[in-house]
Amino acid sequence: MSCSGELGGYNLLSALRPCSAGLVGIAGIFQKGMGSVALLEVRDLHVSFRTDDGIVNAVRGVSFVVEPGQTLGIVGESGSGKSVSTQTVMGLTRGADVEGVALFNGRDLLTMTKQELSQVRGAEIGMIFQDPLSSLHPFYKVGWQIIEMLRLHDKGITKAAARKRAIELLGLVGIPQPDRRVDDYPHQFSGGMRQRAMIAMAMANNPALLIADEPTTALDVTVQAQVLQMINRLQQEFGTAVILITHDLGVIADVADDVVVMYGGMVMEQADRMTTFKSFHHPYTEGLLQSLPAYGGERERLRAIPGTPPSPINVPPGCPFAARCPYVMDRCRAELPPLEIAGEAADHLSRCWLPHNVAARQALRVKLDQSLPVSAEA
Amino acid sequence: MSTETTNRAAGDGDVLLRVENLVKHFPVKSGKLIPTEREYVHAVEDVSLEVRRGETLGLVGETGCGKSTLARCVARLHPVTSGKVYFNEQDITDLSPRRMRPLRRDIQMIFQDPYGSLNPRRRVGSIIGDPFSIHRTARGEDRKRQVQHLMELVGLNPEHYNRFPAEFSGGQRQRIGVARALAFQPKLIICDEPVSALDVSIQAQILNLLSDLQRELGLTYIFIAHDLSVVRHVSNRVAVMYLGKIVEESPVDGMWAHPRHPYTDALLSAVPLPDPEHAQQRERIILAGDVPSPIHPPSGCRFHPRCPKARPTCVSTEPELIARLGDADHRAACHFPVEDGEDISQSTPSIAEDQRVIESGLIAGA
Repeated sequence: MSCSGELGGYNLLSALRPCSAGLVGIAGIFQKGMGSVALLEVRDLHVSFRTDDGIVNAVRGVSFVVEPGQTLGIVGESGSGKSVSTQTVMGLTRGADVEGVALFNGRDLLTMTKQELSQVRGAEIGMIFQDPLSSLHPFYKVGWQIIEMLRLHDKGITKAAARKRAIELLGLVGIPQPDRRVDDYPHQFSGGMRQRAMIAMAMANNPALLIADEPTTALDVTVQAQVLQMINRLQQEFGTAVILITHDLGVIADVADDVVVMYGGMVMEQADRMTTFKSFHHPYTEGLLQSLPAYGGERERLRAIPGTPPSPINVPPGCPFAARCPYVMDRCRAELPPLEIAGEAADHLSRCWLPHNVAARQALRVKLDQSLPVSAEA
Repeated sequence: MSTETTNRAAGDGDVLLRVENLVKHFPVKSGKLIPTEREYVHAVEDVSLEVRRGETLGLVGETGCGKSTLARCVARLHPVTSGKVYFNEQDITDLSPRRMRPLRRDIQMIFQDPYGSLNPRRRVGSIIGDPFSIHRTARGEDRKRQVQHLMELVGLNPEHYNRFPAEFSGGQRQRIGVARALAFQPKLIICDEPVSALDVSIQAQILNLLSDLQRELGLTYIFIAHDLSVVRHVSNRVAVMYLGKIVEESPVDGMWAHPRHPYTDALLSAVPLPDPEHAQQRERIILAGDVPSPIHPPSGCRFHPRCPKARPTCVSTEPELIARLGDADHRAACHFPVEDGEDISQSTPSIAEDQRVIESGLIAGA
């Protein structure tokens, strides 16, 4: 049914897979053209938690690459493993069973000692979380928290110099009257200002990589626009690479260079931004895009993805999306498709048994539209 | 929530709900040891609107603009400070709880958080059956039969009657909330951010469900959301709120085609579109600053400290919510409404600096 159906074809393709273990060094360069070296390279990451209900397989073999100065968008629904992947890389998932490799500038973050890791965290990798109120300490002044961050990683800096730098950083992220607001407590800041203060803190030591986990989800659209614009400008000014984790495809379309679509703890599709939105391969990506209300044009009935995401406990064999997929075949339920090249570009990867040929896929789509009532939901 | 074009004209019916000059203030603790003067949050300030039978009125605005408070005043969950609420031409503003009770069947609410709005210790059947017990209309087997009918109506398996909320996913829980609201075939359902807590794929299921139910049962919705694409999808008419006031109100297509109020214009342009080509082409209007405090709202037009088109008139005189620039069914509260094709990101305000929210650093340079 598909060109990847032959076992031989599959092996060949999987050997070309840029992120497959073993071949990464060379193929990774292939993937992005010559000269660029990955800043962060996560390879075949597995994360599971032991709970009373059984083993929760939160992340099942995730690989991605972040280039210096680029923005990688990771999109997925709740429980897709998008946050757990990056938190694990930062050593923030206590009690989890972790397998895999996460090379940051050539050093494996997953095998570092606590001391080594805490030197990387905050200095070379900054982080912003969804809820700016609970990530700022309510007892300490905002300025003090930024100063602490500076002094922790730069023992030589004087108090006065650190304070001056904190004011400078607050000004940089657009806090009005930073010399006065530096002595405010977090509760005196609005939601948008808190998130900007968080960004100031994350950027304090000029990190090479900024991990932003749903940075604008708690914010209103006008403030979201401000924050996204600011991350973008900081990135241009300082050449910081960004991993942006979000469930909002609109945000992804706005800022990401490359996009990773996650589902059920796995990467379903991976491509540059244009490909992800215009010539996607995976039915899940298609489903996500179709279930959004159109912003212009006719208001048609929404094409919801039926059903609910799979449980991470007792994962069934085969594709995690099989139960909700309109194109599902017998094979999908039995065999997990590999993440392999799915389009014309070598960096467009998809985990699906559907034919890679666009025309063949289009024919399937049309056939499906005719046979299936649109309201086949739940 | 008529999604098909043929249904777009819905809402030409008579007026089901009319709100006149509604005001809601909440007292705040002043923080001083001996309070000299009582302060108030001006949550809703002089709002008038109509909801016609069978239509969906979208209510949009940022956090703290008073959209939920307005909805709760309409549902009589908050007493109003002043103003009138008419439901079916009947003044319900000051009805006693006893006289309000039969009307409560007609006005129902669906809440945002499907986790917080269901009691985790009670079985789903009894949660959905609550309305029947409260209004003493059905008991025992009859109640169970009716509850199971409701569960079927919203796409839940009636056999799950005896399960607890924790056994359902977020989307299914929201269906439980919908089933509970439908118990007495209400005339008006107020949906307060019904899909904001759900993932996109589930969100679409719930939006479709609400739209089907509207068509089948002839419901009228007030639909509150901060996601503008969702509001556009479900609404016939939209009202935009800012700091307790309605700043613009219009049929949905008119609003998107030519927003008249600079705030609406900025709001619409700030929505990230899931289309990279579009995202790069269009001109964004980035507003400076944050929403001012509703305890001491700005004078004149409440939007003037952030408005790129602000003039001295905006500081001194409050604009009326009336049709502007020759629009028919499109009202805006702005002295200097946005013309067709005008790009307000090029405008600069001509009011004193200290009346503006000044943003330093990168944003101001935008």
